[in-house]
Amino acid sequence: MWSLQNIADSVQHWLYATFNPTIAMLIEFAIIGVLAIGLFSMLGLVLIYMERKVSAWMQLRLGPNRVGPKGVFQTMADTLKLIVKEGMTPNGADKLLFNLAPFIVMISAMVILAPLTFAKGFQIWDINIGVFFIAAISSLSVIGILMAGWASNNKYSLLGAMRSGAQIVSYELSAGLSILAIVVLSGSLKITDIIASQENGWWIFKGHVPVWIAFVIFIIAVTAETNRAPFDLAEAESELTAGFHTEYSGMKFALFFLAEYVNIFVVCALGAILFLGGWMPLHFGTGTKFNEVMDYIPSSVWFFGKTFFLIFVIMWFRWTFPRLRIDQLLNLEWKYLLPISMINLLLVTLIAILNWHF
Amino acid sequence: MTASQIIFYLIAAFILGFGILSMTTRKIFRSAIWLLFSLIGVSGLYFWLQVEFIAAVQIVVYVGGIVVLIIFSIFLTQQSGIEMPKAPFKRTIASVLTVLFGFAFTYLLISKNNFQAGDGKFNADVSTIGTRMLSAGEQGFALPFEAVSILLLAAMIGCIVIAMKSKPEEK
Repeated sequence: MWSLQNIADSVQHWLYATFNPTIAMLIEFAIIGVLAIGLFSMLGLVLIYMERKVSAWMQLRLGPNRVGPKGVFQTMADTLKLIVKEGMTPNGADKLLFNLAPFIVMISAMVILAPLTFAKGFQIWDINIGVFFIAAISSLSVIGILMAGWASNNKYSLLGAMRSGAQIVSYELSAGLSILAIVVLSGSLKITDIIASQENGWWIFKGHVPVWIAFVIFIIAVTAETNRAPFDLAEAESELTAGFHTEYSGMKFALFFLAEYVNIFVVCALGAILFLGGWMPLHFGTGTKFNEVMDYIPSSVWFFGKTFFLIFVIMWFRWTFPRLRIDQLLNLEWKYLLPISMINLLLVTLIAILNWHF
Repeated sequence: MTASQIIFYLIAAFILGFGILSMTTRKIFRSAIWLLFSLIGVSGLYFWLQVEFIAAVQIVVYVGGIVVLIIFSIFLTQQSGIEMPKAPFKRTIASVLTVLFGFAFTYLLISKNNFQAGDGKFNADVSTIGTRMLSAGEQGFALPFEAVSILLLAAMIGCIVIAMKSKPEEK
């Protein structure tokens, strides 16, 4: 049976049988690096194409349709254009920090990939604090944004960065609390344990109303954390030109753009893992015929299917809701989402203690 | 030297190097950024010790919290983009002397107390930390935990009181 787990295991077995452990580990690092960068570039190409097609579909347009069949090579052509463009640095900018900022954003997006499970047993690092690691590293990207806004020496950039900082710092709280709801239910921070706890049904089915509330809050909070519309007032084109990346061009801009899409992928993957069971097929109860039929679909298909469904939902938001003002944004978080998610966390704890979940 | 030792010295050099940079740079925003890298280095050291929870807490509290706070307060100060004047010679001498004395005292303490290397195994599961934090028994930390909670609650209420808008008085 071909599966990603078998391939990874046999590669590892062959490496450790052929080389001494240190060299084998270094080769594994290199393979993982190449795979991660490959995944990143693929995600960039696919998600940007998907975004353009989805928005075209929502607005009854055709979207990109000239380059290649149905315009599939459009993002490739755009990437080529960005590579050959000159990456300019403004004269008044703090040049070192200006050039460092895109890399900080990109590296923090890359490090988050480590604990994600892409298929059954296919994971870079099964760290025992899994979801907390993701929450910790994702708080790093705000530094990159603040750095970019400051170093550009431009009033729009600085305003955009300040807004973005306030937004990310405040929405991190409700995202963290809704993650905690699932951690309480499954009793572990480790990603593999969380997925294993959903073997007889995903948490969204098992956990009653409090988990639905947590799911909705999670989706709202991560939409805000990734600076997506309707929370995109950090880059609000109509008032701040482009927010913190106004002064960036060429590949440096492309890195910000790519990091944004990779962050969307990561948070949607996290949502899929916590609420929709990650790679776990749709199961009801244990040992039924229905479960066996569902097991025939490969685990990677389940994972990517769920993740891309959530990405589609977030893209759908963009064309459904109007952009919030900064005061509405902060009111929504501090006066509604945070109290609701705190009470919700108490309810979830009650359910977990009394074993009311299935 | 084993690979593990080499990694330790690399991380230590990273922390110290960025610490020195953050002290000697003359642009205040850069100073905050170098401090950030130094703190990330400390969390790297925790990862090297395999106490992942503490490492993640280090990143959440210091990098995601305190440095962001410092950066925001730098943004709110005037003329923060201007390069600061060079420190006078007297001050440089004084700070060099302070650093030397600090090193001397630390070295003295380390050489007098014969520290033994541990066996390198920590029991730092999240569940263990949680149980110890909330148990009032032999090895529990319930009292300090509650004291810190009350301190934080007081700080939070203070913040809200300061930030509250007072209604304009009617004439």
